[in-house]
Amino acid sequence: MSIEMLRDVVKKVLEEVDVVIGYTEGFDKIHTTPFFIDTPEQVDELIWNPTCVHNLATYLPSLKKKVGVVVKGCDSRTIVQYMQEGLINRDNIKIIGIPCKGIISVKRLSKAIDYANIEDVVFENEGKITVKTDKGDKTVAMVDIMPDKCKTCQYPTPVIYDYLIGDPIKSDKPQESVYADIVEFDKKTPEEKLQYWLKEFDRCIRCYACRNACPMCICQDSCIAETREPHWISQKLTTQEKFMFHLIHAVHLAGRCVECGECERVCPMGIPVNKLKRKINLDMKELFDYVPGINPDDKPPMYTFNVDELKIKEHKIG
Amino acid sequence: MIEIGFLKKENLQAFLKELSGRYSVYAPVVEDDIVSFKPFIEGREICLDRPANLSPKSVIFPQCETLFSYSFLKKAENPDKVDVKLEEKMDFRDTVIFGARPCDAKGFNILDRVYKDSDIPDPYYTGRREKTLIIGLACSAPSPGCFCVAVGGGPADKEGSDILITELANGYVLEPVTEKGKAMLQSSLIESGQGYLQEAQKKQEDTKQKVKNPFTKTGKPQISQKIFNDDGFWERSLSKCVSCAACTFLCPTCYCFNITDEARLKEGERIRTWDACMFFHFTLEASGHNPRPTKFNRFKNRVGHKFVYYPEKYNGVIACCGCGRCIRYCPVSVDISKIVDDLSETNPEESNLTSNGGKA
Repeated sequence: MSIEMLRDVVKKVLEEVDVVIGYTEGFDKIHTTPFFIDTPEQVDELIWNPTCVHNLATYLPSLKKKVGVVVKGCDSRTIVQYMQEGLINRDNIKIIGIPCKGIISVKRLSKAIDYANIEDVVFENEGKITVKTDKGDKTVAMVDIMPDKCKTCQYPTPVIYDYLIGDPIKSDKPQESVYADIVEFDKKTPEEKLQYWLKEFDRCIRCYACRNACPMCICQDSCIAETREPHWISQKLTTQEKFMFHLIHAVHLAGRCVECGECERVCPMGIPVNKLKRKINLDMKELFDYVPGINPDDKPPMYTFNVDELKIKEHKIG
Repeated sequence: MIEIGFLKKENLQAFLKELSGRYSVYAPVVEDDIVSFKPFIEGREICLDRPANLSPKSVIFPQCETLFSYSFLKKAENPDKVDVKLEEKMDFRDTVIFGARPCDAKGFNILDRVYKDSDIPDPYYTGRREKTLIIGLACSAPSPGCFCVAVGGGPADKEGSDILITELANGYVLEPVTEKGKAMLQSSLIESGQGYLQEAQKKQEDTKQKVKNPFTKTGKPQISQKIFNDDGFWERSLSKCVSCAACTFLCPTCYCFNITDEARLKEGERIRTWDACMFFHFTLEASGHNPRPTKFNRFKNRVGHKFVYYPEKYNGVIACCGCGRCIRYCPVSVDISKIVDDLSETNPEESNLTSNGGKA
């Protein structure tokens, strides 16, 4: 696709909606930032490249107007999930889908270039990226600096859209690879897993970036983490309290998490919080054969029940 | 008596070990790619090549501290009555923060005006602050998003530090800033660094030239009242904000807190924890009314506090040290320096809110 195709579509969509959400350059060339466009003049600042990491669909439920939104395949699942849960009015939304070959992880790229100041970035062919920094130039393979979700991506083309910019892409990643890391992690003993999470959550600073960036965290200002009545979680900074918050976050997302990875991407302390949610999603898949954010007519398993659940034998009733 | 010290790189661990005999020493260590200030343990690798993700603020102003614990005891002679027993926790140890960046060190000075040098000093903050020495580390290069020079600091600014160290190829030059700092140079591991001073100063000046100034119109923060009070400005600039507290919790100068009683049946603790003006609950009143109900109101307050209200109260000093953490680690790359730049009029005559860009 070319950026001109995207800009043309955005200009057209802008005639029908109040605002279009896309991406523009941030304070440096790898920190791209969400861009709210309401005039045609802004469209020239719109960009599209592998630094477009944010899930822009996250803003949809809070915007009470007509919105156009640029989505990658992974982000588009958020919209489907919103539709299932009645959180958006589909008629008010124009979806501009972009088939995506993978994005960068800012954390991984920053590490690969030794945390240098970035002067420019060039996306080369054959999945390479060259970064010009104050410490010199460095070329890295995209595959080495991608977030994990891209390495096993099953939905490079958006699952729902009104406009598609460019040709659809088919996933070339085996389906079994999606949860291979979770299956592997599950081989640890309970004690090993506990120690792993205690170490990870110890450095949580309770900034709630993971919660606020999560598209499916819909309690927002009424979150259990801060309510005083009932007082489920104390404000203490113990690992136990942090652990409790993250477990509640994960359980609230059972069968709802679309695995966009925003929680993990935004964590300033580098905690792999998406792993918990993906573990629960794997369970949901095995129990209910359900994958969140694919079919708008599906009902999330936790929103409904069958008296006779096929895969839960021990709870079989009448 | 050593006036300027020099510490060979291979003696860094030994020097920190020596210090840890007299002080609790906090130093930047890297774990899982995240740099934060942790108690020094011999052999633990110290990371001085990039600023810590988390500022060392929590060493003096902990994210969570117990102010006192309490318990209720029935009176033996009259079981209808209870005694309340309070136990204060004010046990502060001599501490050294090693490797704080000049912005981090300056951050403490910004906190000092509020908690230490005010009419009613905070005994917890002051207690720790007065027992803490800061060994600052001059930056060798700016970090993405940082802008210390434009807010009155600098990558080798000595303000807030007791000693400022500058890294050279084979060791560190130690420049004492305070008398306490000078006393710390009296160690067998430290030799005279007079001969290296010129090289260190050149490096400091070179780095200073590389630090970006984001305030394109005026060169320093200068906020127009007219734009500041335009709701539309905040809505345009902050639509993307997700209203989390990554910016405030990583910030060396944010100092707001919450106090809660964490009660069990007959006992409990009154704790103080960091709070963030980005949270809806921060200004939620008991009546249910919230004077800052939207993220736009809340971010306006964050900018206002640092660049308008604090300078008004403290002689023009800006309550931002330009460390850039809130920009680097923001989930959606909100750039406070760009917002402040956008808040200034092209013609500085019309800017009437702040500020003199004063030194903290």
